[in-house]
Amino acid sequence: MNKFLYGKLTPEAIPHHWYTIGGTVFIIITAIALIIYLTISKRWGWLWNEWFTSTDPKKIGTMYMIFATLMFFRGMLDAGMVWLQQSIAADSQGYLTADHFQQIFTSHGDIMVFFVTMGFFFGLMNWIVPLQIGARDLAFPFLNSLGLWLTIAGGLLINFFFIVGGDFANTGWLAIASFSELEFNPGVGVDYLIWSLQLSGLGSLLAGINFLVTIIKKRAPGMTLMKMPLFTWNSLCAMVLIISAFPVLTATTLLLWLDRAFGMHFFTLDYAGNQMMYWNLIWMWGHPEVYILVIPAFGMFSEIVSTFSQKPVSGYLSMVWAAISITALSYLVWLHHFFVMGAGPDVNSFFGIVTMLIAIPAGVQVFNWILTMYKGRVNLASPMYWFIGFLIIFMIGGMAGIFMASPPADFQVHNSLFLVAHFHTMIVGVALFGIFAGLTFWFPKIFGFKLNEHLDKRAFWFWFIGFFVAFIPLYLLGFMGAPRRIDHYDSSTGWQPLYITALIGYIFISCGIFTQVYLVLKSIKQRKNNLDVSGDPWNGRTLEWAAHSPPPFYNFAVVPPIQSHQPFWDLKEQGWKPEQKYHDIECFKNTGIGIYISIFAFLAGFAVVWQIIWLIAVGLVGIIACVITLSFDDEMEYVLPAEEVAKIEKLYVSRVSYDGNG
Amino acid sequence: MTEMDEAIETNDTKVFGFWVYLMTDLVIFAVLFACYIVLRANTYGGPTPKELFHLPSVLAETLILLTSSFTCSLGMLAVHRQLKNWAIAWFIMTFLLGGAFLCIEISEFIEFVGKGASWQRSAFLSSFFTLVGTHGLHISFGLLWMVVMMFRIALRPLTEHSVSRIFRMALFWHFLDFVWIFIFTVVYGIGYLL
Repeated sequence: MNKFLYGKLTPEAIPHHWYTIGGTVFIIITAIALIIYLTISKRWGWLWNEWFTSTDPKKIGTMYMIFATLMFFRGMLDAGMVWLQQSIAADSQGYLTADHFQQIFTSHGDIMVFFVTMGFFFGLMNWIVPLQIGARDLAFPFLNSLGLWLTIAGGLLINFFFIVGGDFANTGWLAIASFSELEFNPGVGVDYLIWSLQLSGLGSLLAGINFLVTIIKKRAPGMTLMKMPLFTWNSLCAMVLIISAFPVLTATTLLLWLDRAFGMHFFTLDYAGNQMMYWNLIWMWGHPEVYILVIPAFGMFSEIVSTFSQKPVSGYLSMVWAAISITALSYLVWLHHFFVMGAGPDVNSFFGIVTMLIAIPAGVQVFNWILTMYKGRVNLASPMYWFIGFLIIFMIGGMAGIFMASPPADFQVHNSLFLVAHFHTMIVGVALFGIFAGLTFWFPKIFGFKLNEHLDKRAFWFWFIGFFVAFIPLYLLGFMGAPRRIDHYDSSTGWQPLYITALIGYIFISCGIFTQVYLVLKSIKQRKNNLDVSGDPWNGRTLEWAAHSPPPFYNFAVVPPIQSHQPFWDLKEQGWKPEQKYHDIECFKNTGIGIYISIFAFLAGFAVVWQIIWLIAVGLVGIIACVITLSFDDEMEYVLPAEEVAKIEKLYVSRVSYDGNG
Repeated sequence: MTEMDEAIETNDTKVFGFWVYLMTDLVIFAVLFACYIVLRANTYGGPTPKELFHLPSVLAETLILLTSSFTCSLGMLAVHRQLKNWAIAWFIMTFLLGGAFLCIEISEFIEFVGKGASWQRSAFLSSFFTLVGTHGLHISFGLLWMVVMMFRIALRPLTEHSVSRIFRMALFWHFLDFVWIFIFTVVYGIGYLL
């Protein structure tokens, strides 16, 4: 009976370590404070009606970014704990147990990849892609809302072990089998990992389908594929990767769970399971995933360098083909993550050569970016700082990547800190710097005022210097033979000074983050001085700058004509003014079903982790009921009459008391 | 653009999106097929494919599922011609055939488990149950969806919008048929011959 009611849940699952108690207290206090604040300020209705149930991609984008920011703090905290441990754990155990240390780097990886980087990219795509292609909405507004809430449900589940469970996976972010099998990992930590990735992976997949269909089907008349802005092109490539790679993640982690929950033998050591199949499958998803994280950043940098050099991007066509070739090649390189598997010289050579081939399109992009600046009138605004910082770091990371693409060299540094340094170079220097550049660049479009230029540059210098101080020691440590993921080591190795240097770099980066928090607060305070009334603060080239800042929920009252891949620039040269003739606009109603489904999905996910059968049933039946309700709802759209559009547009022109976001 | 054009365009987008979804589902099946092919010989001293499968019942399953695809298409034709009763009749037929398929599959599973050939016996059996079971799970969802759509046909007028919804359900059903052809060939066909 107890088994039926509680599954594997026992009183031991209640927090009893200092970190889970701390986490629980923090989460509960934050939740109570939020509830009190919302009740006192009577904002529940506003929050629900204007935000949570919204199907407007711009609001969903903002929610993605707020969520990603919260998760970013969690991920950074993990990083600091890992580095602190490694700095002091020479000849001693440090302040963490080995198991706890492993849980921390596992959650650091999963959170940073799935919730921070992808969260920010989906946020920015939600904002910018529809504007860039002159669309009023995404193809499937409801799926967009569902995708967001599933991602949040996944994020909640990955943090939920603080409150119920006490343990997270200690396997590393990919939960590599057989270590993640029940035999070696009898707790629920791996199940938490699997099911939070299932939920957020499903959310990403829905978003991927949605953006692909939007970009293919909803472009403004006249915008052919080869007239799409580069950010949209790169997003399209990333979406193709998501669509073909994420189902592999879903299937692979599900197989691992079947092993754990039903005693199957896909990746077990006995009963003729094949654990190398897990490596193959997870990296067939994992390598495209790495490119999902960087390709959108390439697109952002292309937009930024062209805008601030006041020149069209050099070699538009080659940039498009570079993005497409990177997309295609990224499917053919997964085995370079485990050259040491022993697949033989032929297989390793093939994957080594294909990996090196990626340097060609990446090089094309780098040279095009440099050529875009060449003879341009470069305006060194803060997004350009991030861009130039990225360019330098990207070179270093690329060189390290080419180095590891060669199997004999890789044998030496496999699973060493050299590898850790390499992929952090890429994720921090490319993806995160891209996010920061993109956020600074599009901030006036999103919120209607610019960020404080001076503080942003200061944050950049903290990040840029901190990056080198933090990660160059890891390259050196890798060469000295330091393996990744060790919780303590012998002081005779001479590693400690380098670990401490890395920790100092982390402190620099943290200063950068604090500067960024201060930057946002200060910019909000000074927003009156930095208002963007024109909608085009940077002298932009693509369509999003033709809209108001912040744009009304229907984006464009009149969709501008498209002539080239920088349509707004053409229009400005021709002195184009939007017609004052408005039409009725079809809009999508708000709906709470996305949240309901995600709540049930969260319950089901939690129940599966603890094997509480009745709760799984509740979750599944709830989801099915929601979907059936939805399939009888035929009135999901409404028409915004032309007079209403005219009224809102008039408000924008006079700019009286309309803040667009409220 | 007239209202009619707009409705067609929206539904066109939805059908395209649904195709993309089907492709993602196909990737999941591709992973399961790959696992099955890799693990097929890993019987760990347990029963081999040849000892386990008996072709007649699988052949029956295949014929039933192919016929259900045919009746599903007839139902779709009736929907296009606004013949509600015929549509429901054909979909009930499809539902019964799909249900029969599922029954045969489940009885086969029960028989295997009874013989001691459960998914815990060997890696081969794990991958077999997962691949065929995932297809069976899809069939079950397809049947549920079909019931919902039959209620829809009975209760709501067959507008452009409704037809598009029913069309997507039919697409899903044909897709499962398509996957089954591969299961029949790769799992049962090759398993029986080799």
